[in-house]
Parts: sequence; structure tokens; C-alpha cells
Amino acid sequence: MNLETTYLGLKLKNPLVPSASPLSNETDQVKKMEDSGASAVVMYSLFEEQINQENRALDHFLQTPGDSYAEALSYFPEPDEYHNLHAEDYLEQIMELKQAVDIPVIASLNGTSEGGWMQYAKRMEEAGADALELNIYYIAGDLNMTSADVENLYINDFKAVKQNVDIPVSVKLGPYFSSFGNMAKRLEDAGADGLVLFNRFYQPDIDLENLEVSPSLELSSSFEKRLPLRWIAMLRPHLNCSLAATTGIHTAKDVIKMILAGADVTMMASVLLYHGPGVLRNILKEMAEWMEEKEYESLEEMKGAMSSASVADPSAFERANYIKILQGFRIEHLR
Amino acid sequence: MSKKQVTIDANEAAAYIAHKLSEVIAIYPITPASPMGEWSDEWSMAGKKNIWGTVPEVAELQSEGGAAGTMHGALQTGALTTTFTASQGLLLKMPNLYKIAGELTPAVVHVAARTVATHALSIFGDHSDVMAMRMTGVAMLSSNSVQEAMDMALIAHASTLESRIPFIHFFDGFRTSHEVQKIYEIADDVLREMIDDEWVIAHRNRALTPDRPVLRGTAQNPDVFFQARETGNLFYEACPGIVQNTMNKLAGLTGRQYKLFEYHGPEDADRVIILMGSGAETSHETIAKLNKMGEKVGLVKVRLFRPFSMRHLIEALPRTVQSIGVLDRTKEPGSAGEPLYNDVISTLHENRTEGWKTFNSEPKVVNGRYGLSSKEFTPPMIRAIFDELKKDKPKNHFTIGIKDDVTHKSLEYTTDGWQTDKEVFEGLFYGLGADGTVSANKNSIKIIGDNTDFFAQGYFVYDSKKSGATTVSHLRFGPNPIQSAYLINKANFVACHQFTFLDKIDMLKHAREGATFLLNAPYPPDEVWEKVPEKVQQQIIDKKLKFYSIDAYNVARENGMGNRINTVMQTCFFAISEILDREEAILLIKDAIKKAYGSKGENILQSNYAAVDNSVENLFEIDVPGSVSSDIKMRPPVPSEAPDYVQKVIAEIIAGQGDDLPVSAFEPDGTFPTGTTKWEKRNIALEIPVLEPDICIQCGKCALVCPHAVIRMKAFDGSLLEAAPETFKYMDARGREWPENTKVSIQVSPEDCTGCVLCVEVCPAKDRKEVGRKALNMALIDPLLEQEKENWDFFLTIPEYKRSELKSETIKGAQFLEPLFEFSGACAGCGETPYIKLITQLYGDRMVIANATGCSSIYGGNLPSTPYTTNKDGYGPAWSNSLFEDNAEFGLGFRLTIDKQQEQARELLVKMNGTIDSELKQAILDADQSNEPGIYEQRERVAKLKQLLDVDPSREAKMLLSIADYLVRKSVWIFGGDGWAYDIGYGGLDHVLASGRDVNILVMDTEVYSNTGGQCSKATPLGAVAKFAAAGKKIGKKDLGLMSVSGKGAYVARIAMGANDMQTMKAIIEAERYPGPSIIIAYSHCIAHGYDMRYGLDQQKLAVDSGYWPLFRFDPSRTDQGLNPFQLDSKAPKIPFKDYAYNEMRYLMLAKSKPKIAKQLMGQAQKEVYEQWKIYEQMQAVYEPSKKDEPLADSDENK
Repeated sequence: MNLETTYLGLKLKNPLVPSASPLSNETDQVKKMEDSGASAVVMYSLFEEQINQENRALDHFLQTPGDSYAEALSYFPEPDEYHNLHAEDYLEQIMELKQAVDIPVIASLNGTSEGGWMQYAKRMEEAGADALELNIYYIAGDLNMTSADVENLYINDFKAVKQNVDIPVSVKLGPYFSSFGNMAKRLEDAGADGLVLFNRFYQPDIDLENLEVSPSLELSSSFEKRLPLRWIAMLRPHLNCSLAATTGIHTAKDVIKMILAGADVTMMASVLLYHGPGVLRNILKEMAEWMEEKEYESLEEMKGAMSSASVADPSAFERANYIKILQGFRIEHLR
Repeated sequence: MSKKQVTIDANEAAAYIAHKLSEVIAIYPITPASPMGEWSDEWSMAGKKNIWGTVPEVAELQSEGGAAGTMHGALQTGALTTTFTASQGLLLKMPNLYKIAGELTPAVVHVAARTVATHALSIFGDHSDVMAMRMTGVAMLSSNSVQEAMDMALIAHASTLESRIPFIHFFDGFRTSHEVQKIYEIADDVLREMIDDEWVIAHRNRALTPDRPVLRGTAQNPDVFFQARETGNLFYEACPGIVQNTMNKLAGLTGRQYKLFEYHGPEDADRVIILMGSGAETSHETIAKLNKMGEKVGLVKVRLFRPFSMRHLIEALPRTVQSIGVLDRTKEPGSAGEPLYNDVISTLHENRTEGWKTFNSEPKVVNGRYGLSSKEFTPPMIRAIFDELKKDKPKNHFTIGIKDDVTHKSLEYTTDGWQTDKEVFEGLFYGLGADGTVSANKNSIKIIGDNTDFFAQGYFVYDSKKSGATTVSHLRFGPNPIQSAYLINKANFVACHQFTFLDKIDMLKHAREGATFLLNAPYPPDEVWEKVPEKVQQQIIDKKLKFYSIDAYNVARENGMGNRINTVMQTCFFAISEILDREEAILLIKDAIKKAYGSKGENILQSNYAAVDNSVENLFEIDVPGSVSSDIKMRPPVPSEAPDYVQKVIAEIIAGQGDDLPVSAFEPDGTFPTGTTKWEKRNIALEIPVLEPDICIQCGKCALVCPHAVIRMKAFDGSLLEAAPETFKYMDARGREWPENTKVSIQVSPEDCTGCVLCVEVCPAKDRKEVGRKALNMALIDPLLEQEKENWDFFLTIPEYKRSELKSETIKGAQFLEPLFEFSGACAGCGETPYIKLITQLYGDRMVIANATGCSSIYGGNLPSTPYTTNKDGYGPAWSNSLFEDNAEFGLGFRLTIDKQQEQARELLVKMNGTIDSELKQAILDADQSNEPGIYEQRERVAKLKQLLDVDPSREAKMLLSIADYLVRKSVWIFGGDGWAYDIGYGGLDHVLASGRDVNILVMDTEVYSNTGGQCSKATPLGAVAKFAAAGKKIGKKDLGLMSVSGKGAYVARIAMGANDMQTMKAIIEAERYPGPSIIIAYSHCIAHGYDMRYGLDQQKLAVDSGYWPLFRFDPSRTDQGLNPFQLDSKAPKIPFKDYAYNEMRYLMLAKSKPKIAKQLMGQAQKEVYEQWKIYEQMQAVYEPSKKDEPLADSDENK
């Protein structure tokens, strides 16, 4: 059974690619993913805010209380050097993963505004990333911005990142465009090597007891795959770039459906967080069984066989919470 | 040999040498010596090696006594060992110094000499600590300047090894320890030349080792002790020669020649002063000028004070000298004279008998005291001393620098006619603690020091407030070495970095004629002149000042720098001071920025660069009109209605005129009135909380958490509102407990608020229609100030609600009680003071407080004003600070007295027959004082008793009257921080907890030594960064709570107000009611944790939710009631520890500097949190009373 596929020009042994999640923080988890059959891995995202804000906060709290009171002219021993103010951790993690596993490693950069953080694309490439996923998490809460302005922001962000690197760059984005098909086409025209459909925005809830906005993480369910399924099916005939399906892919059946709709790879996070990397092995086994039953010999045969596409966060809700929830999430905390 | 110059302070200079020449360094924080230990720790952490190629081992101990013991041990086993200390710390080392000297063990103690606490504590500099060490047998070597601190440190280390006598190397605390100077660094090759490896090997060969066993530390009897004690004499006789040779050797290597007693002045001087320390530098500068003016005056700088070489002193003195003034920077009350004076007298006497030198005539010698607690010692004072020495009979045992109108010992002096050196640039910079002024100036000194041939000096003066503190930077630059060890009086450049200072501080009185004045003003240049007070305008005109202005906050904000105006103001200084070429200066500033911020991120670097460029564009010279046009007046330091004492004394200190107060202004025993912070209106908040009465639910949480008692609640009858100002806010009282027409007001004192926002953060009441709007919201103070002042004044006129009718054991009820701790100088958002305030609300009218040295003793008792106050009847907390290490014992002493006096009063009362009717007597003796109404009634009874006693002429009545107040129950409280409770005071705390006596201990646990700048204590948690734990603390926090529980006899509670205020309240009430010792360990958020304090209460909650800070109460008295004494008041961990920890810089900075270690420690910390929780759960289970009586004895009987 040939499960091989091509994504962003990378030859992959199957279409199962764990998407950006805290699991890729840990090398041994990625190793387990590889051992369980993952064909590539998307690393957790490096956030614009991490690059721009944390060092300011650090500098502020180291400096501000000092030189004010004669007995305490400072409150902290200032380190000789800082290690992670320039996202060295992230870059080191790319290198470590490249050493530890044979599957391609796709780095993920998350931001919206144009700025210095974009240079990190180059540094990720230098650190050995095989490809880059640009995750544009933008909540269009500015009432003075037109649809065209928002679309241009995506295109410009993408171009600014793309021109810095030679490795393939995919764009992960949400479905909230008036004409998503046109948006997809524009991104392909701008040089996108692939589209990752769709970004799953983490949506805030309201805490009725305390009358507060409570950011919370709900893992995806299989039901949610319908939206990407439709769009992949609709776009496949019109686009040449790679298409990755993400959101709501939990089972072998979900994977098969996406491939049939036209996806080159399927990305999953929630199911791995729930059941651990070992679940990949079962999915592959079930896929093979299904293909055998239906007499498909290769994945390529299946791809697009059935081809022919939700969330505004009032921008007042902090991205920082989003980062915290996502990065801090572990299944054990649910217990 | 290298001639590298560095711009550093004396602490760093001495520590540099000590670290290079030591193998073991034992440390403990104490102001002003702490930075020496901090430097050593940082260098060792960074892997810096000593001259033998190994990284010195640095160990923090639990006290200076501990550091001395460790030092002694390290020395005895053969390591080159150093320690650093000051003041009380040195006193704690004293017993070991006798031993170390008696055993002829080479060692160096570097001391930033500081005042020993007597009638008051002082962190500042004089020689009272080192002078107390004269009997120990250590050698004492004095450094007078920053350069000497480096040089003498080396001389001490070399001489001790050669002579075998341990050395105290000392320099003046703050004046030298914290003065930044450009000096020559001593290179490693010089150090190697100076230290003979053979001495090191000899030291090692004397080490205690089982390989060559010997025994030291014997006990000896009358037969031999004496003669054995005399064996060391030869070493002491040789020591001065060794030190002089070492000095000569250093001179050969560096060109800097020192002498044991160093004379400066003409060969034929008729008057000579003798002194040591920074005052000798000022004297050196002064005699040079006086000599030029034709005065034949000279100076002997004493360097080696012990062993005192009489012959060397005699050699130093010119034969022509007719009168000698010996100046001591210490006071030995009741002595024949101060220490140095006595030595000089002895020397001259022995010279007469020995005939070492014949003077032209036998000189007169007088003694003077100067500079206690860093009191200024200036050239005009020195001139006055020389003038006095001219007299036939100069005043002896004089003081200089103060006005003594009681014993008239002080000399008069005047600054008239004393010219400062024109070649020296002198700049004064007034800033706020948080605005970066000091760091900008430190940076400017480094820029000028490193890039020009100029010598540079910087000295920084801070006030004693921890919020809204004023800083004054004194900077000098000039072509010659700067010896001026005193503050700048007349400056070429005055910068005011805070516009709000203009009407509070008279800065321009220090401006020379034609000087430059730089003002940070939030106004466009054409409006600035009109906004300046009348007096300032007049001074600008009269002194022909060049006046520049910049809106620095605007420039800083626009460039993403927030409120840090350091870069902006520094750029302006260089742009207009003409010390450096403007363009060159800007390049140098940028270079310095790159050095300082390069490792912190490109965006920060770029913000700073942009701020530099924009500063010049926004700096304007203001056209000065020919006449004054402003009607803005200078603000008086205290309002005119303040009491006489406050006007005469406190106001002077607030205004910065404390130096002018005479001796007679003070009580001779250090007593001060309480309740004076209310007169010191500091006006430091830019925003204040504003109440929305329609939303407020009157829960009292805002008043509870307010660290400065600025937000208050009162309930009152509505009829009082007739006199209320129009804008006064009030509500109908909520709840059925109130009589009809009761109103409630929640009022803010706008001039005392620090703007910390804790009240707004804690406020649970939200507008149902617009949940972002709370019952309290911050608003800009400017448009509100006048009306809220008026409202506050009215609020104060509303009488306090009757205590006995309030539900004072609820959060809300207690907030109607008057706080008797208000407007302290604690940090904005302080996590300690809300606990103290609450306790004073509950017990303030009958409490006495023993306060360990630390933050709480500074905001509690540092002049000018005191936050503990009284109620309308004059009752209030009585407060005292003994020491850092003895606070539990100090408080126990209070209890013993109170119990004894109460017992005596009861005994006397029982004996009183006739005068006192038996009903009253019995009522007093049987009174139930377990609650508020009971105490109120007892107080009434005792008042009646006192009236009766007052008219009873009998001796018994008189004696009973003197202690009758003890019949009302007193509440003894012992306050302190974790440095005291976990470390230095733990032995005493442990003992007091086992004493069975009714004392209440409040440990305000900030998990570091907050007051001295965040050093690690045994309360510091695993994984947090603190000073002396730069790589993260590797060992978990000591569980003082469980340790205290294990003693079984004490009430123990762990609380966190932000997590559970009701539990806090219960714990305080139960602790106070418990008839034995009680200890409450209170989570206290602190700026040393590194985050915005407005979230302090949220962090407390997270600390509890994570299981890191389990809340519990252990009340042994519950056992008698068949109840579980151990009540676990918080739930199992529900969030990961890191979700709490990584909101704080103390944890996060390790992740950002040593990520691997951080990860490992965080994992370990999480594990320990879980383990700790299991233990707590088990504790609760263990103490659960068994259902049936099934004692083990029964089963034995059944056998």
C-alpha cells in the first residue's frame, strides 16, 4: 500500500502530519510521533508577541524598582546573558529535532503586524527547518478596515516573510473572508507553496459567576472537519499549491475523507493531545484496511477523488491569553 | 603593568580584590556592605576565577554570626577566606574575631563602616562599628577613597598573609562604599607580585587536617592562659612594618605610595588635624586651598589604626606643630575621649618619655566628633576646626557639623567666602526613583570616565520612602582627581526630572550664577515659563540661568519607553552641558545603550536609539523674561494646622532642612510621637480610585487591601450629611444590622494615595449594564484633587462608629474600624502593609509591637514621619524596633512585663480595701475580655478605678495607679519578614514559640530579604532567582508553618489575603485570642518578585490555587473541644505551579537566562508542590479526632 504524498515539495511517506501543538516542545514526544508513523511535524508557533513583548517586560521589571531606595539599589542579580530573548529556544529546538528525527520539520511563525519578528523566518531556515508555516492569526476587529485591507494585510505579511527564505512557505489561515476562494488564489499567486485550512481560533467564553471573559481551550471534534472538507473539495481543482487539512481530524475516516476531498496532508493536534502519539499507528492501520477494502493502491489515486468550503474574536481579548492557553495546555490539566 | 581605568564604587573595588584573592567567601546581606557579597556571588556564578585559577566558593549564611563562624572554620582548615559586613553585622562577628585573631589566622573582613544602632538605627556611615572591634586583636586598615578601597584591600590581603594578623579593611559606608569614581584597576600580574605563594602554603600548612592532627581551641586555666596570651606580641610588633613594606611594594608596582600615617601639608605647619576615612580626602582638598591662602595647616591621614604604631605617627607629625585636632567619626559616650584621640594622647605622652622626636613646643591636642551617620563634613567645617586650633585654648571634645544648643559642644562654621573649584563641573539631578534618573547618571559618569581624561565622581542620595522616592544625583567631573567627599552645594548644572518637584523642593538654591537649568515639563516650550513657580522664576532671573525644557515623558512614551525617561534626560544633559562635543556625546550614548541593552533585544535597542534622536529635537531653550510673572507659590512641607512639634521638627526634616535642627529639638532617648504621616502630604499618585456608589456593594475589600490606608469606610447617621461638601459620595448602608438612616461613605485620601490600583483590582462589584465598569475605577487626579481633599477633610470629621456595635469579626465589619497604621512609606501596592493595617484596626488601641529590622521597620519607623497613629481617645499602637536578630525575644520581653504588671495590678487591687467598692473590684478581676464589648467595658471600669485611685493618697493607690492600665488586656505583636523569621531570628522565634506566653507573631513572607534588595533567604522558593541564588534556588522553601506545628503548643496559620480574606481574618482573630504563642505566616507579594504589584492579590490566589501556598490553621485549643486542630483551608492544586510562577520575573528570568536549569527546577518545584499537598492532607487526617476512645493502653490491659 503506497501512502506516499507530496506536501510543499517534500516527499512524505504518508499524509499524517501532527500540527502545531505543545507536544512539539519536547523532542521525545516528536520522536514518538515519528515512531508511530508521523510523516512530518509542524512545530509549535513562535509568536510575534513572544519576540517583541517578553524582553520589554523583562527589562522593565529588572530596571524599574531599582535605584530608588538606598538599601536596595537593585532586586535581581542581572544575568550576564539572556538565552531566550531572541527565541534561541525555538531555534535550538529546530536543531535538536533535526538531529533527533528523520522526518521533515516544519517551523511555525505566528503574527500579524509587519515588523522585526518576520526576520525569524530566515533564522528558522538557517536552523534547519524544512519548511515554514506562517500562521496569520488576525481578528478583524477594526471597523475602519475594509475586507480588501484585511486581505492585503495577509498578502503583504506573506510576501514579507516569503522573500526572506528559500524554503517552502505555507499559510495557515481562518475561513473568514467574504470570498475565500479568491483569497486562496491570491495567496497562491503571491507564491504560497501551500495553504493550511483552517486555523482554529480559540474563542473566549463568559464566566457567569464572575462576569468575566474567560479564555478557554476546547479541543476540536470530528464534526468541525466539515468546513475544511468543503473548501478543500471546492479549491482543489483550481489550485496547484499544496493543501493541508486541519481542524477536526481525529480518525482514519476523517483522514480518508480529507484526502478524497483533495488534501495532500492532514494535520492533527487534539487527538494527539487526548490519546498520545501512538494513535497515529492505529489511524495508518485503519486507513490501509479501508484502502484495501476499496481497492485503492496508492494515496495519489485517492487524492481529490471526491473534490469539486468560524470565529471572530473581538480584538479586545488578548492574544496573550491565546498564547498562554495554547502553550500551556496539557491533557493532564483536564483531570 | 596595565593602567586600566574603571568607573566603579568602593564596594565593587574592594570586592574585586577580595574575589581575586580568596578561596572561600562567607556572606550575609547588610546595608551598605551587601553589594560586596552580591558582586562576589555574581562573579563566582559567572565562573570568574581568583589569581590561583579557581572560582571562589561563596556561601550565604543565616546571619553575620553564622558567616563569621563559617569563616573561622574555613580559615582553620586552611582556605583563604573573606567576609563583608557593616554595623550590627560586624558586632555579630565580634566573638569570632577574638578567636581568629587569638589564633593568629590570616583573614580579611571588608567593612563598609556604618553607624551602630543606639537611640535610633541608621544605615549611614561612621566608624562606630569598626571602633567597637578595637579589643579583638584584629588589624584595622582604613581606606579614604574608592581608589584606596581597591589598593588597601590588596594591602590588607597581602599583609594578613605575611603578618598572620587578621585585618578589618574599612571605608565609609555610603560616602565611599557607594561613591562612583574613575580609578585605576589593579591587574592580575600586580596581584601575583604582591602575594607570595609561600604565605599561602604556610597558611595551608597550619590547617587542621587529620593528616597532621593538632588541636586548637583548648580551654585553659589561670596557670597558663595569661602567658599563652602574650605569645602573639611579636606578631603585633612586626605588623606595622609589614604593612608599610607592602605599601611600598605596591607603590613600586603602581606608583601610588601610601604610609601608615601619611602627612600632607607644609613642613612647618603650626596646626594639624588627624583623622581617617573619607573625611581625610575632604581635609586634603581643604588644606591644599588653605595652604595656598597662606595658612600653615596640615593633615595626618591614619591608615593603619591597629596595630597602632606610635613611632610612625610621631614621625609623620611636623616638629613645628603647635596644636593638633584629632577627629573621630564615632562617639564613645562617657569616655575620656574618642578612640583616635586617646591613642594620639598616649602617643605624645610616650614620645615625651621615650624621646623619639622633639617638637618645637609641646603641641596642644583637642578632640572633635564629626560626620556621625554620614553627616556632611565639608571644607568650611574643616576651616572652622583650623580656626579653633588657632586659639590659645581651643574647645576640646567639640562637635562639628551640628548645632548643639544643649551642651554647647559644637563649633560654629560658615560657608561664606568658600569658593568651589572652577575647574570642576558640578551637576545636580533631581529625579524619582522609578524614572531612571540615577541609572542615567551612573551611565553618564561611565561615558565621561571611559571616554575622556576627566576624573569623574558620582554620589546618589535617596530618601527613605519606598514609593515615590526622590533621588538626587551629585556628579562631578574635572581634570584632577576628585577628593570632595561631600555633597554638591553650588552646581553648574541643575536638572529637574520631575515637574512636580518645582513647588516642593528648592533646587535652584544650589545653582551657581550663570548655571544651566534643565526642566522636564509636560508643556510646550512657550507655556513652560508661566507654569513655573514664582520663586523659581526669580532664581532663574537673579542667577542669570540658562533655562532649557523638554517634555521627556512624551518623548519616552512615543518611543516605547514607558515612564523611563533616563535616556531622554541623559541625552539632554550631554546636549547642553558642553562637557563633550554634542555629536560625539550622542555616539557615545548610543554606544553605551548598545552595551546596556544589546543583549535584551533589538526592539529595546531601537527604542532607545530613537529616544536619543528625538530628545535633541524636542529640547528647547526657554527665553527668560526680565521679570517674574507667576503667582504659583512653593508648597509648605506640612499644612499650617499641623501641631507645633510637627511644624518645628517633622516639617523641617520633610523639607530637607533636618541638618539645621539643633540638639534640643530631640528627645534624649530616641522617643518620637506617632501619627505624623498624616501631615506629610506626598501627592505622588497620578491617578486615584473613584467610587461609583450606585454599583458599590459595601463589601469593604478595597479598604481591606489598601496598603496605605488611603481608602476608608465609615458608617454614620444621615443627619451628618448637612455639612457635607457637594461632591461628597455616600450610600444607604446595606444590611439589616444598621439603624434607620445609616449612610456609608467610602472615601479616598487623594494626597496620600500611591495609585497602586490594588483596590480597583480587588473590587468585585461591576455595573450590570457595563461589566467593565466597577464600583471603583482609576481616574486622573488633577481635576479631582481639590474636591477630594475637601471630601477627605469632611470624612475625617465624621465620628467613628461605636466599635462594640460593629460586626468587627467580618471583613466588612472590620473595615468600619479605624486603621491605626496609615500612609506609610511602603512601596505602592505593598503586600505586607494590608496585614498590619488590618491588625491595627482590630487591636490597635491596645497593642504593642516589636518590629524586626527590615522593610516593616523602615516604613514603620523611618523618619521623618511615623505611620502608627492613635484614635480620638489617644489610644494606639506603641512600637519599637530592637534589632534584626532578636525580635521574637524582644516581643517576649514585652509580654513578660505586661503579664507581670497585670499580676501586680491584680494583687494590689485585691489588697485595696475601702476606696474601691467591691463590686467594681470584682467586676475588674472577673472581666471577660475575650471580645470587643468585653474589652470596652473593662476599659470603662479601669477608667473609673483610676479616678478613684487618683484621689487616694495611699502608697498602694499610687503604685496601682501607675500600672492600672495593665488590667485592660494588651495585645503583644511581633512583626518581621522572612529574613528575620526563617534565618537570623529563627533561634529566638523557635524559643518564643515554645515559651507558652501569649504573643502574636506575624511573619510577612516576601520570600527574600526585600529591604536590602532581594537576597535569598530560607523562605525563597525552589526555582526562583534571588541575589545569592543567581542560578535559581536549588532547595525548596523551608516550611516554617509545619515546623511550628510540630512544637504543638503554638497557634499556627498560613494565610494569603488575596486568596481568602476571610481565612486571613479568622487566623488573625484566633491567633490573638489564643492564650499562648501564635504565629501567622502571611504571603506578601513584593516588588522583589518582579511584576506589576496591581496584580499582587491575583498572584496570591494563584499561589494558593497551584497548591504552592496551602492555607491552614492549627489551633491546639480545638483539641480540648474534640475538634481537629489542623484545618486545611485551601483545596488541592488545580493549576500547574508554573502558571503561577511564570507571571513573576523572579522565576521567568531563569527561563530566559538558563532555560535548562529553569526547566529542571520547575519540574522539581511542581513535584514538591504535589508532595507538600499530600503531607498537608495527611496532617489533617492525623489530627482528626478518633470517633471512639480507643487508647493504646486499653489493648495492653486486655492482654
